[in-house]
Amino acid sequence: MNLSTPKGLIILVVLMFGFGFALVPLYDVFCEITGLNGKTAGQYEGELTTKSNEKAREITMQFIVNKNDNLPWEFAPNQNQMTLALGEQKQTTYRVTNTYNTAAIAQAVPSVSPSAAAEYLHKIECFCFEQQPLDAGEHKDMPLVFFVDPELPESISKITLSYTLFDITNSTAPASDPHKVKKVGN
Amino acid sequence: MQRFLHQFCIALAFLIPSSVYAAWELNMPRGVTETSNTVYDLHMLILWICVGIGVVVFGVMFWSILYHRKSQGAKAAQFHESTTIEVIWTVIPFIILIGMAVPSTTVLIDMYDSSESDIDIQVTGYQWKWQYKYLNEEIDFFSTLTTPKEEIANKQAKNPNYLLEVDNELVVPINKKIRFLFTANDVIHAWWVPELAVKKDAIPGFINESWTRINEVGTYRGQCAELCGKDHGFMPIVVKAVTQENYDIWVAEQKATALATAAAATQDWTMEDLVAKGETVYQKNCAGCHMVDGSGLPPAFPALNGNEVVLGDIEKHIDIMVNGVPGTAMAAYGKQLSAVDLAAVITYKRNTWDNKTGEVISPADVTAFMSK
Amino acid sequence: MSEQTLTIDDHNHHDHGPAKGLLRWVFTTNHKDIGTLYLIFSLTMFFIGGMMAFVIRAELFQPGMQLVDPGFFNQMTTMHGLIMVFGAVMPGFVGLANWQIPLMVGAPDMALPRMNNWSFWILPFAFTMLLSTLFMGGGAPGFGWTFYAPLSTTYAPPSVTFFIFAIHMMGISSIMGAMNIIVTLFNMRAPGMGLMQMPMFAWSWLITAFLLVAVMPVLAAVVTMMLMDIHFATSFFSAAGGGDPVLFQHIFWFFGHPEVYIMILPAFGVVSEILPTFSRKKLFGYHSMVYALIAIALLSFVVWAHHMFTVGMPIGGQLFFMYATMLIAVPTGVKVFNWVATMFKGSLTFETPMLFAIAFVVLFTVGGFSGIMLAIAPVDFQYQDTYFVVAHFHYVLVPGAIFGIVAGVYYWLPKWCGKMYDESLGKMHFWLSFIGLNLTFFPMHFVGLAGMPRRVPDYALQFADFNMMASMGAFLFGTSQLIFVYLVIKAIRSGKEAAKVPWESAEGLEWTLPTPLPYHTFTTPPVIEQK
Repeated sequence: MNLSTPKGLIILVVLMFGFGFALVPLYDVFCEITGLNGKTAGQYEGELTTKSNEKAREITMQFIVNKNDNLPWEFAPNQNQMTLALGEQKQTTYRVTNTYNTAAIAQAVPSVSPSAAAEYLHKIECFCFEQQPLDAGEHKDMPLVFFVDPELPESISKITLSYTLFDITNSTAPASDPHKVKKVGN
Repeated sequence: MQRFLHQFCIALAFLIPSSVYAAWELNMPRGVTETSNTVYDLHMLILWICVGIGVVVFGVMFWSILYHRKSQGAKAAQFHESTTIEVIWTVIPFIILIGMAVPSTTVLIDMYDSSESDIDIQVTGYQWKWQYKYLNEEIDFFSTLTTPKEEIANKQAKNPNYLLEVDNELVVPINKKIRFLFTANDVIHAWWVPELAVKKDAIPGFINESWTRINEVGTYRGQCAELCGKDHGFMPIVVKAVTQENYDIWVAEQKATALATAAAATQDWTMEDLVAKGETVYQKNCAGCHMVDGSGLPPAFPALNGNEVVLGDIEKHIDIMVNGVPGTAMAAYGKQLSAVDLAAVITYKRNTWDNKTGEVISPADVTAFMSK
Repeated sequence: MSEQTLTIDDHNHHDHGPAKGLLRWVFTTNHKDIGTLYLIFSLTMFFIGGMMAFVIRAELFQPGMQLVDPGFFNQMTTMHGLIMVFGAVMPGFVGLANWQIPLMVGAPDMALPRMNNWSFWILPFAFTMLLSTLFMGGGAPGFGWTFYAPLSTTYAPPSVTFFIFAIHMMGISSIMGAMNIIVTLFNMRAPGMGLMQMPMFAWSWLITAFLLVAVMPVLAAVVTMMLMDIHFATSFFSAAGGGDPVLFQHIFWFFGHPEVYIMILPAFGVVSEILPTFSRKKLFGYHSMVYALIAIALLSFVVWAHHMFTVGMPIGGQLFFMYATMLIAVPTGVKVFNWVATMFKGSLTFETPMLFAIAFVVLFTVGGFSGIMLAIAPVDFQYQDTYFVVAHFHYVLVPGAIFGIVAGVYYWLPKWCGKMYDESLGKMHFWLSFIGLNLTFFPMHFVGLAGMPRRVPDYALQFADFNMMASMGAFLFGTSQLIFVYLVIKAIRSGKEAAKVPWESAEGLEWTLPTPLPYHTFTTPPVIEQK
């Protein structure tokens, strides 16, 4: 009997199992390129871009936090809202306070709405790139330096940027896996 | 005549109790926004197209069942293929689908309108309640089911808004564009109000957005629409749309209440007042898991009656209430309840059922702990 | 010429029949025995899943919490779904495949008989493990058969690990079974039977088997990722570590959507066998029916996110998945029209298999209509996660998949055991099932549209009347299935002898064999006439 059929099928099975896992980085890449699901890209490496000769359009940026019982620290933006021109570099800070009586490490994860705006938000410096260790009772004002790409679609005039703070003190994962806690992250 | 009327009234009396419940609702509501109306119309269009297709297809089949029976002497024809007819009944459905897709696309594009809004509200789903934060107003509150446990347990007759009533309703003005930012505290929830035709998943760590513009004053009720654990069916949504004037009044009231709550934390409270308040806080927030009588559902939800911590270390008790117990279902109520509510429920638990510590934990004690 | 050949050792025996004793069933490699094992297993799981449905409908009979607490209710809905999907429907169709495929293509057995045995015997172990979670601390899984993260990871009870292992075992069983079917159909058809001469049931299983081989590994991948998130501190589905709960949904539904076609395609095959027989007329449009099956299978890979219209996809994504989903209606419609054309101007009789097959065509189409409605993304915001969806999938699964299995059993049982079942009991089973299921599931359209969410143990008062009706229908439907059990046992033990071709114009190789079937058949391949 021809055994090439079963062999071929087993290879297909293994490939599809691998495909399941491959969907994980594929999803990330797809999200970074398209800004799907409000995931922002990592640290912006390029230069400030502005449309020349035109007065840049102004939009509103809103800063909020997502509550998360996993880490019920004091965490709030120091500025709720700002108006800015597209291409203009701006800065704001978020204040975080460790209300535990032990030291801990937090990771801030951003999310942008509308999700179509995510790929146009360029972060030059962001506290979400690094883990944030805090001693018991310590508080910090964490910086965010950014600008919004002038190519932002006309239909979007307000962008909301939200951070969720997660407790990663106990994550003992090795650094090699991109899906474990990263130093330079989204 | 009198006898007839008499009997008629008795008959009516039997009908009325069931007619209070019996809505025999058949269809989606039209709703109170432009979006909800276009969605309803699209729904009816698709439904009628499907009914039409069904009538034709089933009509042919039922015709065969009636007139092509062997028992009636029908002889089988011999045809069994026809490329022409296959092409026809591939192309025609395809065209019908395009006819459906065009209005569907238009309605969807309208829903993705991200133009400037008048009010922004951050909606956070918790196990098992909603939190609403008005981003431009510094108003922030929880909205929890208030249907009494006795009604759910069939010990009391159910009121007309059974399972669809909350303590703090989401009050919004009519004719203003309201933008919602959805997220969640723990697992995925979904916020759904049928009469606004808004449903969006609330995903922990991410924000989703949707919008609405309500045309009519009224109260609109919805429910959580994503399985989120034990009490998924018990975390409703109530939106109260009011005129702009009434909305402004409500905003002012909310701010005044917030000030009053903060002030109450610095006042002295008696044991009786704390226990009384604590009982309502407990019913609303704790009884779902720890049971009305404090017996809990061990091991997931410990009994509080006779509980070691409740009877013992005050500092530890306050810590558990404020910070929760990470890795379990016990939430960090420091973020959800005021200092007064926390003090009240702690005092209540320590002085009810078989627990008789006689201890009073004041709001000041709680505030002191939280500022350490 | 292929590189390897396998000679089937003939033992120089006459038909020695099956081994004696219970161990026969443990060690059998005979496709008929294994088919029987799968069917009995499927029927058992159908009743277990059905009892869970009883608990659900009993609690939902009236508003208020009467019987169970909300946590246990979630366990019931979860286990009901898992058991019906993986324990009743899928093994039921594999049972029919095992019995019929070798007979229909003139093969002596399946290509890999020992693997066939193992494919079956994994299942009782997998389901014992799954059902045992009901008795574990923290209870059985209560996160829905779709087990979204993080409810199924961070917030799951300890039994989730056993759930994951059970899924792995079921997956391995399905993959091996599917491989067996593909290898058999490609390599062991009687000489002269080209692919386009295969019976429709064989075609439907060939395509289904490819779907299984393609997507069961993806399910295995997603539950492995769950396992890693739960036990090995990864963050596939947790935003804390850079992951995303929505990723879970994408990977799950990439499996999940083809899975529902896996559950229905074999039913299409059964109906395509039965309707021509009782219409005394060949199936209309054989080639189109094959192409339609292939089109449905291919399209099933690109529509998964229609289960996710409310997660916050960008509009481009919503539109793509809406259009692709609507497109599946075209080949499915072609199949329905072809079935109706088969009946049209035939010479119809209405024995029990035909009753189930006709009900399938009508009621599956009703489920298809609610499917088209669900595909319309902006309106789906009002339907998603409501009882409207529950109505839709129960229409395609109960008078769809389940009726397909039952119709196949009624149709082929006389050939398998050489005895006729009691036709009046069969018709009674049909009518009570038909009335029961419609009473149960039709009202669910209404309460869903009126605003009742799914997976809730209690509901607001305006949903009370239809819920009471649905519960009564469920009790009727459930108890009527006992008639089926009684009828099958009665037929096997004391039924009237069946003729070689009990159905007047049945065509196909299986009907050329003696009734009852010998233990070994087609040890010499038959000669196929070229048409």
